[in-house]
Amino acid sequence: MSEDVIRVEALDKTFAGGFEALRDIDLEIRRGEIFALLGPNGAGKTTLISVICGLVNPSRGRVLVDGFDNVHQFREARARIGLVPQELTNDAFIKVWDSVSFSRGLFGKPKDPAHIEKVLRSLSLWEKRHNRMITLSGGMKRRVLIAKALAHEPEILFLDEPTAGVDVALRRDMWEVVRQLRDSGVTIILTTHYIEEAEEMADRIGVIRAGELVLVEDKRALMQKLGRKELTIHLRDPLEAMPERLSSHGLRLSDEGHALVYTYDAEAGEDDGTGIAELLADLEAAGIAVKDLHTRQSSLEEIFVNLVKETA
Amino acid sequence: MKFESVKTLYLAEMARSLRTVLQSIVSPVLSTSLYFVVFGAAIGSRISEVDGVSYGAFIVPGLIMLMLLTQSVSNASFGIFFPRFSGTIYEVLSAPISYWEVVVGYVGAAASKSLILGVIALITARLFVPYSIEHPLMMVLFLLLTAVTFSLLGFIIGIWAEGFERLQLVPLLVITPLTFLGGTFYSIDMLPPFWQAVTLANPVVYLVSGFRWSFYGISDVSPLVSLAMILLFLGAAIALVAWIFRTGYRLKP
Repeated sequence: MSEDVIRVEALDKTFAGGFEALRDIDLEIRRGEIFALLGPNGAGKTTLISVICGLVNPSRGRVLVDGFDNVHQFREARARIGLVPQELTNDAFIKVWDSVSFSRGLFGKPKDPAHIEKVLRSLSLWEKRHNRMITLSGGMKRRVLIAKALAHEPEILFLDEPTAGVDVALRRDMWEVVRQLRDSGVTIILTTHYIEEAEEMADRIGVIRAGELVLVEDKRALMQKLGRKELTIHLRDPLEAMPERLSSHGLRLSDEGHALVYTYDAEAGEDDGTGIAELLADLEAAGIAVKDLHTRQSSLEEIFVNLVKETA
Repeated sequence: MKFESVKTLYLAEMARSLRTVLQSIVSPVLSTSLYFVVFGAAIGSRISEVDGVSYGAFIVPGLIMLMLLTQSVSNASFGIFFPRFSGTIYEVLSAPISYWEVVVGYVGAAASKSLILGVIALITARLFVPYSIEHPLMMVLFLLLTAVTFSLLGFIIGIWAEGFERLQLVPLLVITPLTFLGGTFYSIDMLPPFWQAVTLANPVVYLVSGFRWSFYGISDVSPLVSLAMILLFLGAAIALVAWIFRTGYRLKP
């Protein structure tokens, strides 16, 4: 078993109208990871997922799912994949149980009520199993779509904007479900434009912009690499101006002279080049009394906004 | 062939019509009864016989065909249009099944439904007029081929249609007129020679004629020609579906 459960090679997609939705995408998804595909609306997230799942024909390139070409060996490739679409599509009059059982049968798996029950229970849908889809709330419908995608016991689960339009409590529940799935060995690829979601869940992050994959990185490495840290030094006595001695540190006075703000690269911390030690020494030498220190690391959201801006 | 997948699709489609089982049965019974009251009893009483068969009995095969054609087209077109419209088609398209398996599921279910309705109409007709079936095997063959062919046509319409209007357009503007002008209620030789020739361009003529032959042994055109024409339509429908799948037309961008 290779480590990569999905390989996307040199993928292009140009739609009939001439719109270039994807450009030269190369991507490997590792077995068992949670991969978050981040990008603004219209960046090509859904198109990429659709090509992998066989809903959209690629213009060039190929996709291997567990080593199977998703066009020439579509049966093997698709059998491994569960897809939760972005839109809340459903047949309004069908019952939850029937809908989820249908999905299992459609993927060619023999009936297994015990598995369907397990899936429904894990998504808190068991009580609703006799309800028609039309009677469910939006969040419940989203869960049913997840249940349908899990009905055939896929190894890979695609979640396209799983928490769009879902309230905060339900979002937390959904993250929990995704974690449990990952723990059971399912590889998860989710798209989102909620950075919080990627930051909370993902092992690796890919950023897609205007059809191009601009970055794929381990989440921690990404945050470390691109994250700026900010050290705020709260002073006992306010300063009117920046003392001469401290001018070389690139400090900024804030809070009407009650605080000094120092920005540095978190990455530089590894070779002890943050300059914090020198700064503190100079503060002491200048006789400035420090009341408190406070550090803050920029969130993935800030990183993302910067990244999309930079490449724009 | 992935049997489990096809079975699931087929049964789900059948279940969809079971949800409206009452109207599914009532409507063919009602419309067949109306035709018999109006054409069979009221008008038919003034017409003695057509080709040696009482008028009431003469129109039975045509009415069954009318039912079969309209039901096949509407069932199959709605069956595939609805998931496209609601978006649930994504699941079928991402499932590990081939296009032809999808066709067997959808078209098979639509054809089954219209066959059931055709048989119900046939039984209803029996309440109004006595009729005989001279070639029962050929009758079943004509029934089957027509149901499958026109369910395929419905499937194509359901993929082509981009809105509910278009879904109604072909049945309304094409199927119904062709059926009424296809010798359902008359024998072609009741027409002036010019219109007889024109009528031969109507595919439904061959269906009705062949089907009527299997009942009474009388026909406007040779039953073999009828059979050949149905097979030709079937072949054309299959070719068109194959083209749709090869190009991904309206299904897969």
